[in-house]
Amino acid sequence: MTDLQEFRAETRAWLEENCPKEMRQPMSEADVCWGGRNWVFQSKAQEQWLERMAARGWTVPTWPEAYGGAGLSGDEDRVLKEEMARISARPPLQSFGIWMLGPALLEFGSEEQKRHYLPQIARGEVRWCQGYSEPGAGSDLASLQTKGVDCGEYFEVSGQKIWTSYADKADWIFCLVRTEPEAAKHKGISFLLFDMTSPGVSTSPIQLISGSSPFCETFFDSVKVPKDQIVGERGTGWTIAKYLLTHEREMIGATDSALFGSDDLVEVARDALGVDDQGRLDDPILRGRIADFLIDEIAFDAELARAKSWIRAGKQLGAESATLKYTGTELNKRRQELIMAAGGLAALEWDFADAAGDEKASLWLRSKGNSIEGGTSEVMLSILSKAALELG
Amino acid sequence: MRLMSEEQTMIRDMAAGFLDEKAPVDALRKQRDSGGGYDRALMGEMADMGWFGMLLDEESGGVDMGAEAAGLVAEEMGRRLSASPFLSSGVMSAVVLRATGGADWAAKLASGEAVVAMAIDERVKHRPDAIATTAEKSGNGFVLNGAKRFVSDGAGADRVIVTAMTEDGLGLFLVDPGLEGVQSRALKTVDSRDAADLRFDNVQLDGAALLAMGDAAQEALDGALRVGRAVASAEMVGVSKEMAERTNAYLKERKQFGIALSNFQALQHRAADLYTQIQTTDAAVAAALRAIDEGSDDAELLSRVAKAKAGKTASLAVREALQMHGGIGMTDALDIGLFMKKARACAEYLGDGECHGDWLLRQRGL
Repeated sequence: MTDLQEFRAETRAWLEENCPKEMRQPMSEADVCWGGRNWVFQSKAQEQWLERMAARGWTVPTWPEAYGGAGLSGDEDRVLKEEMARISARPPLQSFGIWMLGPALLEFGSEEQKRHYLPQIARGEVRWCQGYSEPGAGSDLASLQTKGVDCGEYFEVSGQKIWTSYADKADWIFCLVRTEPEAAKHKGISFLLFDMTSPGVSTSPIQLISGSSPFCETFFDSVKVPKDQIVGERGTGWTIAKYLLTHEREMIGATDSALFGSDDLVEVARDALGVDDQGRLDDPILRGRIADFLIDEIAFDAELARAKSWIRAGKQLGAESATLKYTGTELNKRRQELIMAAGGLAALEWDFADAAGDEKASLWLRSKGNSIEGGTSEVMLSILSKAALELG
Repeated sequence: MRLMSEEQTMIRDMAAGFLDEKAPVDALRKQRDSGGGYDRALMGEMADMGWFGMLLDEESGGVDMGAEAAGLVAEEMGRRLSASPFLSSGVMSAVVLRATGGADWAAKLASGEAVVAMAIDERVKHRPDAIATTAEKSGNGFVLNGAKRFVSDGAGADRVIVTAMTEDGLGLFLVDPGLEGVQSRALKTVDSRDAADLRFDNVQLDGAALLAMGDAAQEALDGALRVGRAVASAEMVGVSKEMAERTNAYLKERKQFGIALSNFQALQHRAADLYTQIQTTDAAVAAALRAIDEGSDDAELLSRVAKAKAGKTASLAVREALQMHGGIGMTDALDIGLFMKKARACAEYLGDGECHGDWLLRQRGL
């Protein structure tokens, strides 16, 4: 038996033994465990599952052990994910700390910062949010105006962020702040970390067309941020932000990708429309659109799998991440449109939901933001035309 | 079998070098102007390089390198519209002959001595299971009746593998087109390649003509179609990449309103969208080829998805190329029309998006 096979056997046995059966059910958005100081576990099983996985370093499997991870290789990480998928195990913890800040700290943080912040993320003790966009700085993010005035021991931060995901529930924020007002647009930004309970921080949720409020407006009024809470050097925040945006694009492109075609779409179509005596969906024109979509989706699954294998081999995705983001989000919008079309009049009811409990109309409306957040589709195409094609 | 990345690079470079010299787009143009088809001597040289034996084992004179290797060669052929019976004879017929023990003809096609075509289609759309052609048992042999249409490389073929219904289900027969009762009509097609309609009127076949029957025949046919789809898809990826690259180069060079076209965002975004489609297609085709070589259960699905996706993308690539080149793209002197014709033929052959999309939905109970 190779080491990897041995690892698989051990992992399978451990998961069998330790993953509570309630944590092997389909998961809706409401079932996600985000962690944090104010987190209230939805069940004993959810709490146990997080504790057990965190103790093994498997909430962040590839991070070094010293920072709360398990130091798994790319191949081991893949095996772990496959074994979790085999028993439909839910992710024990999801967070912007895992997805965004962690990778940034691993790349740009000081040793002290890594030892301090990363284990808290790994154990789900601190929930982070991301302070990037501002009312006047959307696609042109580098024009951001939130300022951090140098006051000796600390920066005094004032300004406004928008589209801050779960700012009202987060404990800390990683935030882009203009600390060098004299410097050029891209050179005057610093990457600061601070506690959301600091005096001067306030948040206000924004209700979306989908009915949910995952985003907030966040206001900073002379917030004092100690100087050791800067990641990297002063004025290098844009480099970190770009690194994270690339990372975020890979993530957004990768979400909601069911291997070999959407079960949700197929299910809704079959249930709502039925099949004719040939066993074909009883709406030939919609059937054709679904077929066309599934071909694109499965082809994209192959592209994602290839990108993941490149990442495991230590390759930087670069412009490829813009391809993933653009293609993945545009496909998800198409999927949600097709689900609504397949559901027909029934899908107009808010409580028209799938087995996991996600409301279809809400997902459909929410998906419209996919090609806006994390860099619009148009920004992705501009990036590709310059970086990959050298046009313009 | 799985190729290492150095081996891939080697095969690709070797194919590119050879085809640049021997079978660039201009060679197709000349072939077209002298009646179409392919250059048999050039096919012999390709066979000498082992290309027609990539899917055959060494006993049959093959090099046994697998579908991925054949895909790399096909992609380079697609970039140059290189004409040869590679897909029909070197890939699909080779797979059938390997599966059915037709070693002598396998060796002949591997060496380039013979061309073996596949006669599968009877309708204007690819429906390999809609077979009206029959082979009735007669003494030690069979009597073949029916018609096959659009037989790729059928006009110049030395043998044709014909699908026909027998008392015991599907049969695969190796038919000499020179036999009495076989009528072959060469077609003049938009892509200037060899194709023929074949008619069989009471054609007497001896027992040795039967390659396989029943489940064995179905399995051999399915295998050939699977590999054929993936390799044809790789050829379309070549067509798509070549068109996109030529178009991007043209956007940088062509000036209107005093600046290069590449400065216009409307064109940048279209070029970038095409690029993403090609990236996705490239990944899907690579996954299909690999799944075939690994004998994975997903190979059937992936080869169908690859074929459907590659057809859509190649169609987009040639349409975008023509539109972005403007008026000059409409001229026969520029190559875009040749690529457009190839893309159309290639998307249709072995099934289009509707054909494979239908299969996909049936698999999912829709």
